[in-house]
Amino acid sequence: MSLLINPRDLNFLLYDLLEVESFCDWSAFGEHDRATFEAVIDAAYRLAEDGFAGHAARLDANEPTFDGERVHIIPEVAEALAAYIDSGFMGTAFPAEYGGLQMPYTVSQAIASLFTAANIGTAGYPFLTTAAANLLRVVGSEAQKQRYMVPMIEGRFFGTMCLSEPQAGSSLGDIRTRAAPQDDGSYRIVGNKMWISAGEHELSENIVHMVLARIDGASAGTRGISLFVVPKVRVNEDGSLGPGNDIRLAGLNHKMGYRGTVNTVLNFGDNGACEGFLVGEPGRGLAGMFHMMNEARIAVGMGASVLGYSGYLHSLAYARERPQGRPPGQADPESRPVPIIEHADVRRMLLTQKAYVEGALSLCLYCATLVDRLEHGPDVDDRRRLRDLLDILTPIAKAWPSEYGLKANDLGIQVLGGYGYTREYPLERLYRDNRLNPIHEGTNGIQAIDLLGRKVTMNQGRALQVLLREIRGTADRAAADTRIEDHARALGAAVDTVEQVTEALREAADEPARYLANASLYLDLLGRVVIAWMWLRQVQAAQRLDQTTEADFVAGKRQACQFFFRRELPAIEPLAALLIEHDDSALAMQARWF
Amino acid sequence: MKVMVSVKRVVDYNVRIQVKGDGSGVNLDGVKMSMNPFDEIAMEQAVQMKDAGTAEEVIAVTIGPAKAEEQLRSALAFGADRAIHVKTDEEIQPLTAARILAKLFEKEQPKVLLTGKQAIDDDANQTGQMTAALLDLPQATFASAIEFDGDKAKVTREVDSGLETIEVDLPAVITTDLRLNEPRYLKLPDIMKAKKKPIDAMSVEDLGIEEAVKLNVTKTAPPPEREPGVMVEDVNELVSKMKDKGLV
Repeated sequence: MSLLINPRDLNFLLYDLLEVESFCDWSAFGEHDRATFEAVIDAAYRLAEDGFAGHAARLDANEPTFDGERVHIIPEVAEALAAYIDSGFMGTAFPAEYGGLQMPYTVSQAIASLFTAANIGTAGYPFLTTAAANLLRVVGSEAQKQRYMVPMIEGRFFGTMCLSEPQAGSSLGDIRTRAAPQDDGSYRIVGNKMWISAGEHELSENIVHMVLARIDGASAGTRGISLFVVPKVRVNEDGSLGPGNDIRLAGLNHKMGYRGTVNTVLNFGDNGACEGFLVGEPGRGLAGMFHMMNEARIAVGMGASVLGYSGYLHSLAYARERPQGRPPGQADPESRPVPIIEHADVRRMLLTQKAYVEGALSLCLYCATLVDRLEHGPDVDDRRRLRDLLDILTPIAKAWPSEYGLKANDLGIQVLGGYGYTREYPLERLYRDNRLNPIHEGTNGIQAIDLLGRKVTMNQGRALQVLLREIRGTADRAAADTRIEDHARALGAAVDTVEQVTEALREAADEPARYLANASLYLDLLGRVVIAWMWLRQVQAAQRLDQTTEADFVAGKRQACQFFFRRELPAIEPLAALLIEHDDSALAMQARWF
Repeated sequence: MKVMVSVKRVVDYNVRIQVKGDGSGVNLDGVKMSMNPFDEIAMEQAVQMKDAGTAEEVIAVTIGPAKAEEQLRSALAFGADRAIHVKTDEEIQPLTAARILAKLFEKEQPKVLLTGKQAIDDDANQTGQMTAALLDLPQATFASAIEFDGDKAKVTREVDSGLETIEVDLPAVITTDLRLNEPRYLKLPDIMKAKKKPIDAMSVEDLGIEEAVKLNVTKTAPPPEREPGVMVEDVNELVSKMKDKGLV
C-alpha cells in the first residue's frame, strides 16, 4: 500500500469526481488519453517511492551546509533529481513546442503532489524551477524563453523566486533592490534577498533567479516594482555559459522543516557586476508575479494536503498493526491485545485526518481543474464564472489545507503516541515540513484579508455569489437523494449562514480595520462550507461507483462525509455569531496590555 | 537478433492481498495491477540488448484481459518495438500460457524468449520451463547474468548452492531473476510514444489453442495467525513442553 496518497483515491478524485478524462477532448490535450495520464502518474508513484522517499529522513537529518565557499547537499538528492529530469517530469505541464509534455495542470499537480508526499526537501528544487520557468512562459520574451526557460524545462538550469528581502517579507511594496539601466538594455542589479529557496547549490549548470527590483527613479510602493531574470552564471547569446554574475551567498537559513531545500540569503551585485534583464514591462513586476499567484497558492494547498495525507496513511498503517490494550469491558489480562485501530478514539483521530486531507486534496485538485478550464477549456462564455470561482477559492485552497493538513499531522503523531514523537518515524518530520505551509506564499492571515478584503468585495460581491450558487446547486441536487438529503439540507443552511454573515460584515465596510478584524474567522467559516461541499460532491461521485466491488471505499467516503457534516461543519455557527456581532476581542486589545 | 519478452499483469507488489471471504480466491476489485516485477527485469534485459545493438527487434507479448493492454503499453514505453496481446478473460494456467507462448514463438521465430522466472501472483515458476519443453529448446532459468556470443548464450543462474554458469544454444528460453538488472524508470515521452506503437490483438482460439484447466483451486486461505509465544523458566521446562507437543 502506498504511503504517499491512496492510489484508488487519487484515481477517484481525478476521474470520478473531476472528470479529468474529458480534458482529452480539448485541442490542447488531444494527444492524451486517460491511459496516458494513468501511466504517467504510475511512473510518478514509482520514482517518488523508489527514488525520493528513501532518502527523505536522511536529508532531513543532514541538511545542506555552507562552508563559506560551497553548499554541500547529500548525493542522493542529485541522483533523485537526475532520474526525475531524465524521466521527463520537469516539463509535464509545459507546451510541446518548448519540449514539454503539455499535460493538464491538474495532472501535473497530481504528479507533483506525489513527490511532495515522498520528499518535499528534494522535490523543492524542481518545483521552484518549474515555477520560475512558468513565470517566463507567461511574461517572458521569446528570447528569454529560449535562453532561460527551455534549459529549465530540460533540467539543465534550476530556478528560484527572489521576492522577499530582510526588511520586506509579506510587504513587498517595501523592497529596496535596485536595477540601474545600462546602455545595452540590460540592468545592473544591487540588493539583498531573503528566504531564497534553492538559491545556491551545484545540482544544476546554472540557477535562474526571478528577481523583483526597483528601476532607478521608479515610484515607491508596489507600482515601482519590476521583474528581472538574473542568472547565477551569465548566458551567452548562443546559450553557452559565460562568467559568474556577481551573486554571493551570504548565508543559509536554518529551518524547522523542509530542510532539504537549501534556503539562502543572497547578495546581488556586491561588486557592481550583476547583470539582470527586464521581464515584461517596467513597473509591472508584481502584476506578472500575481498572474502566477493563483497557481502557486493552489500548489501550496496541495502540498499541505498531501503532507497531511501521507501522515494519515503512515498513522493508519501503524494503527492497523500496533497491538496495544484491550477492548473496553475485556478484563482478562491473558487476552490478546488488539490493534489500536480497534479503539474508537484512535478511529476518531484517523477519521478526522481522512476528512481533512481527502477533503483538502479534492478542493486543491478542483481548483487545478479551474486553471485548466480557464486556460484551455472550450467554453469561452463560461470563463468569467470560472475566473470568479478560482479567484474566490484560491485563498481558501491555500489556507484551509495548510491549517488542517497540519492538524492532520498533529493527529497522526498522536496516533503513534511516543513513537510519533521520535525521529524514527516520519510523522514528526511531516509535521515540521508542513508547518511552513501556513506561512509562505502569503501567510494564512494575508489569505484571510485577501478573501474578505478583495475577493468577497470585488465586482459587488459577484465571485462569492457565483461560489454560493455552485454550492447551493450541489445541495439542491443532493436533496432529492434520500441517502444524503440531511447533508444537502445542512449545506443549504450553511450557505444561508455565509450570506447572513457577509451581509452583516458589510455594515462595517467603511471601517476597514473593523471589517477585516475577524477575517481569519471568516476564512475558516467559508473554508468549512467549501470542504463540506467537496465532501458532498465526493459522496455523490462515490455513489456512482460499483457498490458491490467497491463497497469499502464507498463506505469510507460516506463515513468521512458524515463525520465532516456532523463534527466540522456545525463549527461555523459560533464563528458566524462572532462575525455577525463584529466581535472586537482582538481588535480592541491594546499592545501595551500584553 | 529478435527478442520476445512475455509479461504478465499481476497485483502490484505493494498491495496487501486479501483473501475473499468465501475462500474462492483473492480480492482483485479496485486493486492496483502492474507488470510482474520479474518480467520487468526481462524487459530491461531486452531493452539493454537493443541499446547495445545485440537485439534488432523486441516484441512484448501478454496473455490476459483487455486491461492487460496497460502492461503492454508499459513494455512499449520500456522500449519494445511492438506487442502481441492474446486476449482472454479466463484464468490462464502455466501449461496453457506455455502453449500460447510456444505458438507465438513458432510464429515469430525469435532468437530468445525472455520472461520472469515466476509471476508474483501465483508464484508457479513453470511457464518458462514448460514453454522450452514444448518447443524442445534449451532453457536457462533464474538468470542473474547473460552474455550472448554468436549462437550461444552464457547464463549465470541463481541456484540453491550459489551461482552456476551454463551455456545454451540459441534459440532458447531464458527466465530472469532479481539480480540480473534494475529496471529503468519509464520516461514520460516514451510513455507518450508507446501509444503509437502497434499492438497485435488476438484470442486464444485464434491461435488454435484450447484453454486447458488442469488444476482446480479448492480453497484459498490466509496463512494461520501465529500463536503467541510462551516464556519458560529453564531448559527442563522447555524440553518437557517440546515433549508434550511431540516435537522431540
